[in-house]
Amino acid sequence: MAEPLIRMQNIRKSYGRVQALVDANFHVNEREIVGLLGDNGAGKSTLIKVLSGAVPLTSGDIFVRGKKVDFRSTSDAIAQGIETIYQDSALVTQLSIARNLFLGREPIKPPRFLNRMDQEAMNTVARELLKQVGISKNIPPTTPIGSLSGGERQAVAIARAMHFDSDLIILDEPTNNLGVAETQGVLSFVRSARDSGHSCIFIAHNIHHVFQVVDRIVVMRRGKVVAEDIDPKQTTVAEVERIITGMSDKEIRDAIAEGSQPHG
Amino acid sequence: MENRSFIQNFIARPEFGPFVLLIIELVVFWAINPDFLSPQNISNILAFTVELGLIALAMTLLMTSGEFDLSVGSLFGFSPVLMWTLFNGGVTSLEMGFAVALVVAALIGLVNGWFVTRLKIPSFLVTLGMLLVVRGTALFVTDGFPQRTWSAEGSWLADMLVGDFYIGPFRIYASLFWFIGAAIVLGYVLTQSRTGNWIQAAGGNPNAARARGVNVDRVKVGLFILSAVMASLAGIISSLRTSAANPNSGTGYELEVIAMVVIGGTALTGGRGTIVGTVLGILILRVMRNGIVLIGVPGLAYNIFIGAIILGMMALHSWLERRHQAGT
Repeated sequence: MAEPLIRMQNIRKSYGRVQALVDANFHVNEREIVGLLGDNGAGKSTLIKVLSGAVPLTSGDIFVRGKKVDFRSTSDAIAQGIETIYQDSALVTQLSIARNLFLGREPIKPPRFLNRMDQEAMNTVARELLKQVGISKNIPPTTPIGSLSGGERQAVAIARAMHFDSDLIILDEPTNNLGVAETQGVLSFVRSARDSGHSCIFIAHNIHHVFQVVDRIVVMRRGKVVAEDIDPKQTTVAEVERIITGMSDKEIRDAIAEGSQPHG
Repeated sequence: MENRSFIQNFIARPEFGPFVLLIIELVVFWAINPDFLSPQNISNILAFTVELGLIALAMTLLMTSGEFDLSVGSLFGFSPVLMWTLFNGGVTSLEMGFAVALVVAALIGLVNGWFVTRLKIPSFLVTLGMLLVVRGTALFVTDGFPQRTWSAEGSWLADMLVGDFYIGPFRIYASLFWFIGAAIVLGYVLTQSRTGNWIQAAGGNPNAARARGVNVDRVKVGLFILSAVMASLAGIISSLRTSAANPNSGTGYELEVIAMVVIGGTALTGGRGTIVGTVLGILILRVMRNGIVLIGVPGLAYNIFIGAIILGMMALHSWLERRHQAGT
């Protein structure tokens, strides 16, 4: 079997006496959208923070395409192609769309010692990217992020991850506080990211949103991954909710087996 | 949105309010006392304006990155005292004393930056502490007395920094060119350079900037150093021009400089800054100080006007910001 894009093995993370992750195992395949579900405090956020380099793990291993990696900062994770998009903290509201897209990797006009950003190049690429992620309105790339809606901001963040060829885009609650149309927009950005060769981890409280877009569902409870191969086409929201809320392993297996039976 | 007219864009800019206010000030003072726009008075206004202005320019970048520096006034007093003490004591030449003063200022900026970025102490507290340390040192070293300064005549350093000449009826000091040069360079850095993008991101959303690999701490430490060096340079220029090095000089300048910056449209909370706005803010406050005396208002009433300007401009900037956020 081919090595997955990301494999996390026996991940432990403790905050003092609190065990946030207990031997968690998790993987993401190439070109796959994985829905990560779990109740509050289940360990989803900690798992994502470990994977994005925001917090160090206590023990365990992370592999990218089979190669062991050691993330000491978010920059390390970005360098390995892992981009995390938090709903409110991914962008600088005072800066324009184009400047946000290129933040930290601004193209420089020659002569280089003048350190001058190539704003025309940034605007041209930004216009193209906005079109690609399906923002149909005529929004100039010089518009400050503060003037955009929540869905448009998500689109900009996703466009950035796609442009810089992130292999894995982690979306933390991307549909929170969004209207129906905007949510559909974000879900379609996620699909377009997969169609262009990227993998995604999609975290959302709204299970219905997860069901609409993911290829596979992973459920966490009390710091452990308790189910990692749930096929959304073969199960129901109610069954996944039962797994999230907590049942014995046998009950989980039964629920998945039951879910894989055809539904009338 | 792309089709907005030039006028609409100009009105929406944060510099618009300060620009209008400056024009009103100039017209009102000139209408009441035509001597206000006399070459002699303009020369007087410009001489000291550029000295405080140098500090305000650096403070603009620092405040855009989300920090500020209360120790600039004390450095304004301390640096010339240090330079003259070294020179008068025969320890160094005047030029070497100048270099030492700038290096010491840079180290003070480095310490400010280190406390803020490494120890995570708010810049208000760090630089307040540094203000007392630096001012206390200046007073202790001099026993509170001004230093002898009369030996700068003919020094190339003095000529370079504050040499004066006439353009028509206007008496111009070389410091004006240093100020214009600094405004152009720092304006370029803030709006055109990659560093400027990082400065704005560091103030607007430091976590997002860090997540993109921007070294926010290094940016901020660099700006604390810049702020301290500019305050030191301004103090030395002022000292050479007035032939005075008083350990108490610069008291209260920190607040006047911060007022200049926020009146110009730079956000106190960071993320957005404008050098053009700061230049307007500098002129607004200095013209006000000069104008109210010329039209016969008691100088002691100056702060009433300054306070009113700050409140009025903050209300205007807040209104413009809301319009901006609403995308109108």
